[in-house]
Amino acid sequence: MSTHAETAAAMVAGRFGDFGGRYVPEALVAALDELDRARLDALTDPAFQAELQELQRTYTGRPNPLTEAPRFAAHAGGARIFLKREDLNHTGSHKINNALGQGLLTRRMGKTRVIAETGAGQHGVATATVAALLGLECVVYMGKVDTERQALNVARMRLLGAEVVAVDHGSATLKDAINEAMRDWVTNVEHTHYLLGTVTGPHPFPSMVRDFHSVIGAEAHDQLLALTGRLPDIVCACVGGGSNAIGIFHRFVDEPSVRLVGLEAGGEGVDTGRHAARFATGVPGVLHGAATFVLQDEDGQTLESHSVSAGLDYPSVGPEHAYLNASGRAEYHPVTDAEAMDAFALLCRTEGIIPAIESAHALAGALRLGREAGPGTHILVNLSGRGDKDMDTAAHWFGLLDAQGAPRE
Amino acid sequence: MSELGAVFARCRDEDRAALVAYLPAGYPTQHDSELAVTTLAESGADIIEVGVPYTDPLMDGPVIQDAADTALRAGFRFAGLFRCVEAARAAGAVPVVMSYWNPVLRYGPDRFAAHLSAAGGSGLITPDLIPDEAAVWTSAARTHGVDPIFLVAPSSTDERLAMTTAACGGFVYAASTMGVTGARTAVGGGARVLVDRTRAVSDLPVCVGLGVSTGDQAAEVAAFADGVIVGSALVAALRDDSTREGLRALTEELAQGVRRR
Repeated sequence: MSTHAETAAAMVAGRFGDFGGRYVPEALVAALDELDRARLDALTDPAFQAELQELQRTYTGRPNPLTEAPRFAAHAGGARIFLKREDLNHTGSHKINNALGQGLLTRRMGKTRVIAETGAGQHGVATATVAALLGLECVVYMGKVDTERQALNVARMRLLGAEVVAVDHGSATLKDAINEAMRDWVTNVEHTHYLLGTVTGPHPFPSMVRDFHSVIGAEAHDQLLALTGRLPDIVCACVGGGSNAIGIFHRFVDEPSVRLVGLEAGGEGVDTGRHAARFATGVPGVLHGAATFVLQDEDGQTLESHSVSAGLDYPSVGPEHAYLNASGRAEYHPVTDAEAMDAFALLCRTEGIIPAIESAHALAGALRLGREAGPGTHILVNLSGRGDKDMDTAAHWFGLLDAQGAPRE
Repeated sequence: MSELGAVFARCRDEDRAALVAYLPAGYPTQHDSELAVTTLAESGADIIEVGVPYTDPLMDGPVIQDAADTALRAGFRFAGLFRCVEAARAAGAVPVVMSYWNPVLRYGPDRFAAHLSAAGGSGLITPDLIPDEAAVWTSAARTHGVDPIFLVAPSSTDERLAMTTAACGGFVYAASTMGVTGARTAVGGGARVLVDRTRAVSDLPVCVGLGVSTGDQAAEVAAFADGVIVGSALVAALRDDSTREGLRALTEELAQGVRRR
């Protein structure tokens, strides 16, 4: 029996085994039902699919390439490493895949306004971009802490015509931005779609967002087969909410020979308490509408996460990842800030590619997995985004700037 | 009939609506919150809704968000919730708890129901738990004699109104408008429509919440609902006057309001 059939059986009513579901105010149920109907209709509507594929080709730039990284792989114990280049998409990350899909669905539902949350700013930029393209009003909620560490992305969103709201409640990061977006949605649901940016939240968001990102794994599968004539041994991706990871995993869930490995943010170290290692330290709970793993204290209060990468700095994770972890189909390991930044620097110098710090966690995982697995191992890495947005963080981390922000001699 | 049912029967006999008053446990401190729920009971609240401060209150507007932050920073722990429930009970009101689901889930639904019941609590309002996901909770609640109180909203379909009210005990919480908690200048005509639609499918008392902040608004809602729920306005009254005299005055005004239907 294929694992896919088992997975499908576990997905009844928006659940992934014990995870997923809809933990939301009753006021949102009608909108979630409307969305579920719209996305299921769209999945089988040739006109919708044709429009989406055309935009992927002419606007996003799909298919993006698969790049082998031999000089980087020389540090990975003799493994061959292949990078899926989501960093080359328009707007600089995989986030555009989902934003385009949901943007078209918004129009299909007759709604005129989209709202979004963003952490690193990549999903906010992708949403603002699609809103501009489709003529939708756009408001992006962003934690105040994140607006400060990702100031350039705030400017990008405003240039694209979006209103950016800095959220100053709670920890003033991604989780609080999601709370604020939910509050907006429940108030304005009649004409507003919540363009949620990752594979969490209430059903149907985890399934819908996965489906819009599954093009990543589908393309990579065909490109790898054409290049190497075989399946990869390992597929790895960073996991914040988990959208780029589920996007590249999905095509391979059915292939039992392929190890699926998610890398979560180990921050300053899992034993320091300053991390976003949900699988390493979290327990099952409910956050933002889904049953999943949550960083929480013994009273069920959400704990603050920490990561050098804003996009992985989230105390919860998509419910399908919780299910893949529980079923043993995928495994999840923490990567520390320092390991990720080492891999970031190594890719810059060996391949001339500056990755997003989020994606650098997957690269660090590939180095570790390659050394463990030995020569001849084929590793597919989702290079989910590019590092332009991270120049300030990286320049400070590597001591490239002095206290005034000028280049250091 | 549940204890909550008896409250509404008594109010019907007196030709008035019930006043359901919300305050968070642990706000502004644990000790002060126990005094505050006592003030509510002394000033005419029939049912006291004790809130569990939570880090991610996505149904709440700024007033209750800030109160939750304050309570958590002041060191709110779950044991304090039950002390507030006991204080409300000792002062003569019928206490219920309002909590987002994760704190109850972490505490253990069965253990929570047992401890709530032991503290004198009659029900639990769950703003982010819909009956579709509540099989474990409703079973634990039934075992320990606690009423599960779910919300209905203007966007609820008739099918969902029937399903949700069938899962409720004690009363039905009708969210008057689409939105989060907080005072509004007008409660909205949608509230009456929602109450009528709910009554068409259920015999349970229907209480209206979201937006009520004055005695006049309470009277307006009392004209068509079995109970009037007030939250943010009471929290603001406590925030603005630590002597609790403001809280007492507002509660008395609201208690008069529900008698002016």
